[in-house]
Amino acid sequence: MRKTTQKLLLDIVTYALLIAGAGIMVGPFLWMVATAFKLPANQFTHTLIPNPATLDNFRHLFSFDLNFPRLFLISSVIAILTVIGQSLTCAMAAFCFAVVKFRGRSMLFTLLLVTLMVPEQVTLIPNFIIFKWLHLVGTSVPLWLPAFWGGAFGTFLLRQYFLTLPRELVDAARVDGASLWEIFWRIYLPLGKPALAALAIFSFQGAWNDLLRPLVYMPNVPNTTLTVGLAFFQTQLTLGGRFTVLMAGALISILPLIIVFFFAQKLFVEGIALSGIKR
Amino acid sequence: MEYGLKPLGREKLALWIMLAPTLIGLVFGALGSILATLGLSFMNWDLLTPPSWAGATNYINLFKNPAYLKALTNTFRFSALYVPGVVIVSLFVAVLMNRKIRGVSVFRTAYFLPAVTSAVATALIWNLIYGRDIGILNYLLSRLRLPAVCWLCSKNAMPAVVVVNIWGAVGEGMIIFLAGLTAIPREYYEAATIDGASELQRFFSITLPLVSPSIFFQTLISTINAFQAYDYIYMMTRQAGGDSSIPVVVFSIYRNAWNFFNYGGASAQAIELAVLVMTLMAFYFWLERRYVVYE
Repeated sequence: MRKTTQKLLLDIVTYALLIAGAGIMVGPFLWMVATAFKLPANQFTHTLIPNPATLDNFRHLFSFDLNFPRLFLISSVIAILTVIGQSLTCAMAAFCFAVVKFRGRSMLFTLLLVTLMVPEQVTLIPNFIIFKWLHLVGTSVPLWLPAFWGGAFGTFLLRQYFLTLPRELVDAARVDGASLWEIFWRIYLPLGKPALAALAIFSFQGAWNDLLRPLVYMPNVPNTTLTVGLAFFQTQLTLGGRFTVLMAGALISILPLIIVFFFAQKLFVEGIALSGIKR
Repeated sequence: MEYGLKPLGREKLALWIMLAPTLIGLVFGALGSILATLGLSFMNWDLLTPPSWAGATNYINLFKNPAYLKALTNTFRFSALYVPGVVIVSLFVAVLMNRKIRGVSVFRTAYFLPAVTSAVATALIWNLIYGRDIGILNYLLSRLRLPAVCWLCSKNAMPAVVVVNIWGAVGEGMIIFLAGLTAIPREYYEAATIDGASELQRFFSITLPLVSPSIFFQTLISTINAFQAYDYIYMMTRQAGGDSSIPVVVFSIYRNAWNFFNYGGASAQAIELAVLVMTLMAFYFWLERRYVVYE
């Protein structure tokens, strides 16, 4: 009897803590949505239901001199090209590291993992100098081109997944006379879909949410990404007292990832868990 | 690593073609860039006039530069609050969720939401929450008849920004810990229960040691992230003129290179940051060998 009351008490505490925590996690988003639908005059009212509710802020966002659609388009192009580059190059490398035997394999892979620990800021300055020399600063090229050079995180993630696939598949395909490329293209790529999808989501997220690199390569509005644009609007719109328009912009900027997240939640979760598996 | 498919004949070429992008990235993108940054750190260069040799002066000047020393101190203070914060909060949340409760997927979605969305967008709303005259926090304080607090001013700014950074990172940490927790065999708990161990005893004698690989991994990732934290700090503590009220090292690198055109000095700071992170990682791996339990 005592055991069950104790368990019940613990259950109640667990739910109470989790619900309170969930409130803190989601609360700011509710506030963002509420503010985005409020009249500018009501921007600082402390109610969660906008009264009256309005779409004016979104209209402003797209009609204003803000160039919001342009920012959205630039961010989309960079993110999509990043996904393509990372998926392709990381998958090829991960396949080689997981399946093929070649000299220097473990040394190369270790070297790749070491680069995971090098802060991005260390490579930023020389990369900037090269892109400046190539007259590409101010364009989106420096933001997506490096995605086609592979990446330590993506290669590691996919390799971990490829290693879980049964080796008999490779042996059977080899007996049937399949080439290296065919084994990659016909077996590993289709079977690796869950991990590839997770990598695609992470690369999209990384490119879409990035702030530092766009600040360096495309610092001038309106020829820039959504993140830099929003940071710029922050100074412009808050001075003009238009938090409602700013929140509408913030809301639209997070919408694509929220939609992906709701449809592919499992992939997010499995992808992160996969990256945390012991080496 | 023993097993492997042997490439036959011309497949050797296919192999190296498949590896080529990664090799280019590794040699030029990563290793080459590190060497280039190292070289730049011994030069004075504003990218307009020809570079000149500076020797070690960029490094010597770092330690005479009050702005940099402040940034370095802030980075350490930030990490000292952020890393334990993320690890403890996400482990706590994961342990709660692992207690066979209903609605786990709903909770997981809620806790993961901040990790999905951009720091830039969520920082905008946090600025509104922390606002001095207009913020919700101060509104709640006023309802309790407490005086308003300037959350993003001087002393409060660091904890306020750390809280938001932890808020944004708990989702990922929670997933790492949940994966670690579900891997612990149920039999251990059953055996302990039969022996009469309380829930708290079970946590400290079974869960904590067996989840230590996840704690190690999460501490590692959080430390790397802490030393590179930038987005929330940029969005929440920017001041007129482009400075920050709590500049960190990454902020200082950006300022020196792209606002002051001091690429040599910024490179020295970047190398310094990398050495710091690598040293800490080495220390962590040393700790891992001593304290982390692998089954």
